[in-house]
Parts: sequence; C-alpha cells; structure tokens
Amino acid sequence: MSDEETNDRGNTIEFVSLSAGGQGFCVPITSIREIRRWSQVTALPFAEDSVLGVMNLRGAVIPIVDLAARLGLGTTEIGTRNIVVVVAIGTRIMGMLVDSVSEILSVDSETIRPNPTIRRDGGASHVTGLLPVDDIMLRVLDLDALFARDGEEAA
Amino acid sequence: MSNETLRDTFFAECEELIESLTEGLEVVASGAWDGETINAIFRAVHSIKGAAGAFGFTDLVTFAHAYETVLDLIRSDKLDIAPEVLRLITRSSDALAELVDTTRQQGSASLDPVRDLIGELEATAKDAKADTPPEPEFTWAPLALLPIEVEEPAPAATGFSIRFAPGGAFYANGHEPVRFLSALDALGTLSVACDASAVPPLDGFDVDTGYLVWNLRLEGATDEDAIRRVFAFAEGLCTLDIAPLGEGSPLPEVATEPAPLFIARAPAPPPADIPAEGSAPEPAEATPQAAAPAAPPARAAPRTPAPAVQTTLRVDPERVDRLINSVGELIINHAVISQKLDSCGLGTDSEIMAALDDYRYLAREIQEAVMSIRAQPVKALFQRMGRVVREAGEATGKPVMFISEGEATEIDKTILERLADPLTHMLRNSVDHGLETAEKRRAAGKSEVGSVRLSAAHRSGHVVIEVSDDGAGLNRERILAKAMEKGLVPPDAKLTEPEIDNLLFMPGFSTAENVTNLSGRGVGMDVVKTTITSLGGKVGISSLAGEGSTFTISLPLTLAVLDGMIIGVGAETMVLPLSSVVETVRPQRRDIHEIAGELVLSVRGTYVPIVDLALLFGMRSAKGQSAERSYVLLDAGGASIAVAVDAIQDQRQVVIKSLEGNYGTVPGIAAATILGDGKIALIIDSEALVELVSPRRNARPLIELEA
Repeated sequence: MSDEETNDRGNTIEFVSLSAGGQGFCVPITSIREIRRWSQVTALPFAEDSVLGVMNLRGAVIPIVDLAARLGLGTTEIGTRNIVVVVAIGTRIMGMLVDSVSEILSVDSETIRPNPTIRRDGGASHVTGLLPVDDIMLRVLDLDALFARDGEEAA
Repeated sequence: MSNETLRDTFFAECEELIESLTEGLEVVASGAWDGETINAIFRAVHSIKGAAGAFGFTDLVTFAHAYETVLDLIRSDKLDIAPEVLRLITRSSDALAELVDTTRQQGSASLDPVRDLIGELEATAKDAKADTPPEPEFTWAPLALLPIEVEEPAPAATGFSIRFAPGGAFYANGHEPVRFLSALDALGTLSVACDASAVPPLDGFDVDTGYLVWNLRLEGATDEDAIRRVFAFAEGLCTLDIAPLGEGSPLPEVATEPAPLFIARAPAPPPADIPAEGSAPEPAEATPQAAAPAAPPARAAPRTPAPAVQTTLRVDPERVDRLINSVGELIINHAVISQKLDSCGLGTDSEIMAALDDYRYLAREIQEAVMSIRAQPVKALFQRMGRVVREAGEATGKPVMFISEGEATEIDKTILERLADPLTHMLRNSVDHGLETAEKRRAAGKSEVGSVRLSAAHRSGHVVIEVSDDGAGLNRERILAKAMEKGLVPPDAKLTEPEIDNLLFMPGFSTAENVTNLSGRGVGMDVVKTTITSLGGKVGISSLAGEGSTFTISLPLTLAVLDGMIIGVGAETMVLPLSSVVETVRPQRRDIHEIAGELVLSVRGTYVPIVDLALLFGMRSAKGQSAERSYVLLDAGGASIAVAVDAIQDQRQVVIKSLEGNYGTVPGIAAATILGDGKIALIIDSEALVELVSPRRNARPLIELEA
C-alpha cells in the first residue's frame, strides 16, 4: 500500500505488536490481512501439532496455526478471548492464533536491532530483529521463514 | 493494452476463425453448401491473413494468401469443388491451423512443411485462372462496407438533422459518442451515419484527434433544447450543428460513399481511452480487426456506431471462477440464514420463510447459469482431433475416415483444455497401432479406408468420451510378450484379458515395432491415464479381435462441485465422493471379523477390510463399538474398502474448495467444502484412502470364503 511512500520518508515501518506464549512479537502490518475473533476450526488429519485446523474465511479455506506452539512456546489455551491474525505469506493466506494484539507501531527501521542469538543448527531464525518499545522488547517475526516449509511438509 | 495481450487476442480469434473454417469445410464436404458457406470460409482465411499481416507473421500471410486465392476462385465460380480441390482445401485448412499453432508457440513458423501445398494451391489457382482474366486483388471490398442505408425519411416528418463532430478533447475527457447517441435515441427515432472520411491512413493517424463525424437524423416530436441538453456535458468539446428537418438538409452524401475499408471499423479506435494508455498500440489493435473484411460489424456500423456485434464474449477464466466462488458463498449463506431463522422458531409458513425459498431458488438458478458458462461444447476440441487423425493418416500412409459424434456435448472448460493431449495420444495410437494397412484390411475383407470414431455423450452425471477404431483389435499375445520382455510383468505371470489390456497404461510400455514419429515412444498411454485420473476420470479398454478397439474415458461434468455423502467422523463432518460409494451397510455383529488385529467386514461372502476413519485421521470416535456404526463400502482404484463412520447424514452437492493453495496436500483428503452452518468439512479422496491403507492390506492375506 504505502510501502514506497514510507520508505521515501526515511524507512518508517509499521508493525502490529502481539503476544503469544507470554512473549511479545511484532509483524509488519503489510503482511496482515485482518484480525478476527477465534472461531471453531475443522481439524486436519496428519497435521503437525501447531496446525489447529482450517477455518472458513468468507469462502476461503485457511489453515489456523497456533503461533506459540509453532515457536515452541507451548500451546495456547483456546478460549473466546483469543485472536486470529490473518496473514498473507506469498500467495498463501493463513491465520495465526495469538493471545492478544496490542497496537500499531510506526518505527524507524534504524531502531530495529539485529537478533544477537545464533542458532546452533545454523538455520535461519524466525526472529529477524529486536524492537525495543518503552521498557519491553518485541521480537520481529519473519513469517516467510516461520511458515515457508508448511506446504512442503504437508505434501 | 500490451502487444502481448493483442497477440493473445489475435490467436484466440484465429482459433475461432479456424473453427468456422473447419465447420464450413465440413458443410462443403457434406455437399449441402451454398455461396454463403464459401464466403464464410473465405472470410475466415482472409481474416487470419489480414491480422497475421498486422503482426508481421509473414509466413502465415504467404500461406493464407495462396489459400485465399484458390478460395476466391471457388467463390467467384471459376473453380469447381472437385474431390481433389476439396482435398486440397481441407489439407490447407489443417496446415493453416498447424501454422497458427506453431506461430503461437514459437513466435514464427517455417513455410518448409507447406511448401508443396503452396505449390499445389498456386498451380490450382493458375489452372483455374487460365481462361479468365485475373481478378483484381481485394474483390471483396464492396461486400464489406456498402450497405450504409439510411431508411428513407418520411416526408415532412418533424425532427432535426444533427451533425455531431467530437474533437480530441471530447475523448480526452472520457466521453463516449455512443452514450450521446443512445440518449438521443430516447428522444425519438434516430438514424445514424458515421462519416469517417476524415480519418487518415494509419501512418498519418494522430491518436489525439477526433476524426469521426456523425450525421444524425432524429425524428419525432422534440425540440432543439432537448437535443442541446443531451450534449450539455460535451459543450465546447464538440462541434454541433442542429437543423430542423424538412428544410432541404438531408443527410450529407458522404455517408453513403464507400469509405476506404479500414475505416469501416474506425469507431473501434476512438481516442477515448488513449490518454491513459499511451499512443502506440492502439492503432495496432485497430489494424487486425480493420484489415479483416468482417462484414457483419461493418454492416451494423451505420445503425449503431458501436461495433459491438459479437456473438461470443471472451472472459478471463479467473473472473468466472470468482463468480462461481461467490455464487457458492451465496448458497452457503442461504443455508446459514435458513438455519438461523429456524432456530428463531419461525414456522415454515411464515412470510420470511417463503421469501427465503425464493432466495434459494434464485441462488440455484444463478449457480446453474454460472456453471454453464464454464461448460463448453467439445466441438472445437473434436475438430482439432480430426486434424490429428488426418495427419496421422498421411504420416502412416493409411487411409482414414474420421467420424465425430456428440460434438454438442458440454464439459467444464478446465477439463476440456486438459483433454487435448491425452486424446491426441489416443487417436494417434488408434491410427498408428489400431488400424491395419490398406493391404491387410483388404485381405481381411474390410473396406480399405479405416475409420476412427471419437464420440462424446452425457451418461448418468458423467461425460463419456470414446475413441474407437475398426482395426485389428488388441494383439494380447504381443502385449504380454512385450511386457514380459520389458520386465513389466514376471515371465510366468498368468494374466486375465482385462489385465493384459491394462498393461498398455503402464509406464514405459510400447508395442510399436518401429518407433515412428507418431507414436511408439512408450510415453503415451500412461500419460493418458495419469491425466484422466487427475481429472477425476477413468479410462477403460475393450477390444475384439479383428473388429477394433475402443477406449472409454469417463469424466466428471465439472471440477467445481461434487456429489457427496455427508458423514460424521468423531466430532467432525466429512464428505465422501458419491462416485466411489457402492453401498452403505449396517452389519450384524457376526459380520465383523478380526483377523490378526485388523477388522474385516463380510459382505455377501466377500471380506472387505475395514478402515476406521476416526482412527486413521487421529480423531476420537463418538461410538466405540464397531457394530453400532455404519459402514460405507467404497470402490476406488480397483479395490474395495469398508469405511467405518459414526453417522451418515445426507447426500448433497458440495462446492469444492482447494486446500492446496493456502495449506498443502493432506494424505487421504482431496479438498474441503463449506457446509450450511459455515463450518468446513473435508472431502475424502477415496483413491488415496485405498492406497493409504493398502500397504497394511497387502501384508495380510485376504481369504475369500465361499458364500
């Protein structure tokens, strides 16, 4: 949408901050399609634990993934207060179950700190950077890396 | 509009033109033709030539020109349609289609394969012309344009004559002359004549200038103010002369003069949409259309300047898909509303329920209409296949007659598109392997000309396509020997006849002694089977020694909806494709046996392995006791299984929603659908389900007991 505009104005990036598994994360607003309330899903057989099932999003069948479980932070307890963040990854649309969504942050790309942790297996981390906001620190999620393998695994 | 899309349009048009060309030739071949048939054939070839010229496909033009010359002679009765002439023009039509195809794929086509044909065409033309002086080129020009007939005005009628000359600014502001004309039409009886004499040749064409002038004659009780009001928005953007009728101001003569041909279609390139697009491609677009004689649009032009005379509408399939999706949603939405109203305790006789019934009726009607947009007759495909057969016949030197039946049968476009390759393989095989040589046929007491029949028909919710030949039939001994030689079956295998026939579909199998350029590379039939299976269809063979073989393809009508059986599995609702359901059983406890930890169900003396869907899919079954559950017998991929389900709820059509786009494939699951309550139900892939459980099944010997 306003990608280029914001880039012209000194690389301001907009993030949506959310929490899952007791940790704070943020996701670029450009990859978020909508945010909706949790509703009952249809379970998928042979799916990994973090895939809760599929949901009807106005006629499209989209998989819902428990973000906390996908990140290895335990499973999210499902209740009516949970939020599903619908994101677009490439051409795929999927929903992430999170505890809550807090706010939209406009930050200068300079303020994003690189992720200092190095994974022992050498794989790319799902957290591309850290974003300090007030007293807390948000992890910048790389959705592509986090969900890239989904289709292949299932196939 | 980019050049690329223009080219696509060109090729799409070529396809249609070749279709009408083939159609025309068939009529000629049948003998029931008249002058108009020949005209239509000629026009088709000429249109291709004209448009190809605009795109610089010179080879295509050269060939079309030679072809057209002969057709023109036929048209002007200088050449009779003798059998050899008919053969020549039929072959030329095939070659032209081939050239167009090659050009589409490779951007150009070589004339080498058709060099001889051009020679023949030229020779034929020369012979025919020998006794008549050569006709000037473009003899067709008068036909295209002339009938600009303005109906004779009734004398002393009240009305106005209007000269409407929009300038460049008129178009730049996004105005459309036709809108003004239709507004005028509402005021009275309007006759329209477009004066295109000011349009310069293309090289001097300035896209920012409005060249067209309309001479209008409006009859009826109206006043000048009303007319001025129509043009209120275009004030200052066009020149408008309004004069009352009956004062010696008939329509200017110019309208009845034949304008140069390309102007006939000139309303097509009004600069109206140019400001946004840039200038270059627009005239190019006009050229292919304009170069064609395209008589019907030209005739229509005088009455309505908009050249909107089109019998078919070309639509991006994605838009249709979107429409289908939305209609599916509409139907689901109806079900949701109906459920909600039900739960409010409204009786079925309430007014709102009656209105809802109308809603459902309308929604179904829209759904059917939308589905029929996607359905297309197999005609075009069959015509292409006719070419394949003729080519194959020429290449093998076997005289072949191609018979097609049921050309009006309609199939979903997606299926249709993917049928071309398998059918080509099968037809080539039929000619190459199926039919004998002329000598052998004579020896066998058959007519020398072999026939290959392609037929399509609707049969109980399926489309059945048959490819049959009247050849020697399958040589089962040779097939078996070949399969053994290639190691596809063990040397000591005892196979039944159908099993031997099915060897043809195995990868790497080919019985042709010599690899010809037609078939015999052993990549044919297994590809055929894979393609058909992926479309949800089946292929079968039947063959009689000495009488020929028949390949039968059975396909679903559409890929978008499916007849399903709604079942309950654990807490979930799932859908079984009705096509693979044989029966549902509520067995006695003694019908269920346990063999080595696995359950089998005895159905009339046969033992069928039981698949517990809830268990397989890792869900908790609502009912533990297997005897209390219902069983659905599935027949898929040549094997039967009994599926244990918790409930059988309903049978209905469901709209198929792919899982692959957003998620990926799931073993045993074909797709998903959305139920009346908005929830998603998974559609079970019967074949995959059988395969999913077959390793276990094969590990265990199945004992057949006598009933």
